[in-house]
Amino acid sequence: MNTDELVQMLARGLEPTPPGVAQRRWTLALAASVPVAACQMLTTLGLQPDLLQVATLPMFWLKLALPLALCAGALRVAARLARPGATLGASAVWLVIPVAVIWSVAAFALLGAAPATRPALLFGETWRVCPLYIGSLSVPMLLATLWALRGLAPTRLRLAGAAAGLLSGAAAAGVYALHCPELAAPFIGVWYVLGMLLPAVVGALVGPRVLRW
Amino acid sequence: MDTVEAKFKALMIEAQRGDAAAYQALLLALSGHLRAFFRRRLSGDPDSGEDLVQETLIAVHNQRHTWLPEEPFTPWVHAIAKYKLIDHLRRDTRRAEDPLPEDDGHALVEDSLHDAATARRDLGRLLAELPPRFRLPIEQVKLEGLSVEEAAARTGMSASAVKIGIHRGMKALARSLLGGRDEHR
Repeated sequence: MNTDELVQMLARGLEPTPPGVAQRRWTLALAASVPVAACQMLTTLGLQPDLLQVATLPMFWLKLALPLALCAGALRVAARLARPGATLGASAVWLVIPVAVIWSVAAFALLGAAPATRPALLFGETWRVCPLYIGSLSVPMLLATLWALRGLAPTRLRLAGAAAGLLSGAAAAGVYALHCPELAAPFIGVWYVLGMLLPAVVGALVGPRVLRW
Repeated sequence: MDTVEAKFKALMIEAQRGDAAAYQALLLALSGHLRAFFRRRLSGDPDSGEDLVQETLIAVHNQRHTWLPEEPFTPWVHAIAKYKLIDHLRRDTRRAEDPLPEDDGHALVEDSLHDAATARRDLGRLLAELPPRFRLPIEQVKLEGLSVEEAAARTGMSASAVKIGIHRGMKALARSLLGGRDEHR
């Protein structure tokens, strides 16, 4: 088949392109995977027992806002990386701002605390497990977002994989925040961020292989 | 340059609405640009050029839903062509590390028989290797020019199965292009 014949074949019987394919794919990916991660959290870890009291504290909302803001930012970045020729533009700024905010709050908390109490703010009770739990809760989202990307056209596969991973990690951290008893900003700024980076690294590693088209 | 962009964009918008004639005109114009693009970048390997033109056209077709009418068209195609070129060069490097393939002694004759618009990979043969649920809808709708309904009546498949068969079949074709090229040389 020569190229002119191929062109003829591609054009023949052309159907209109449905609009919003990409949005639908991202929505479906998250709608299918976040509930799975939530069930995983509820059955293996459980909700924080005093969630209702804690929910009156601003720090609880900041702990929830960091992953949710990063989730929105990573979704923007990933959606752009899924379209050939789309530039990242200012979209990456939305990944930096949430982290900058939590680090500033963490720095103030550490500076204002008595030196003896600083390790407790940083390590809390659960620093050993926090990143690993976030990482394991991110698995359903990572599979789903990689699936979403496979139906789109990323041309920078490592970066697209990393963005999908970060998106998954951020969603997982949001779910984990409902279990996690920690409320100190330094803890969130270090261990949550590490936990979210875990799937981002995995995404960057598998991206070139999994996302090729 | 801007007139090319304006022309391509207008054609692509019509194509997105289902205008096959506009789409064909667009793909024909694109294949000329792509041929020049790849030839310039593959000076040592002219025969791969047409492979890449065809591969890129199929990719443009399969990924056409990722172009948004509010965005410029040329950067979109350029990114796809560049992606396919880099992918090809990577495969080439990997192949270069392998020992040389057995030469069947016909390479010289075959090369001289190559005309400009013929790719090394024969898409017709790749198509013939697809399973019937993909192959039949593509052959009847895309090659013979039957309508989806006619193809459905003739194959006994439902109309939506014919549409899905075409869609998945084109993706499978793109995959066999990716996977098969290494063995083919």
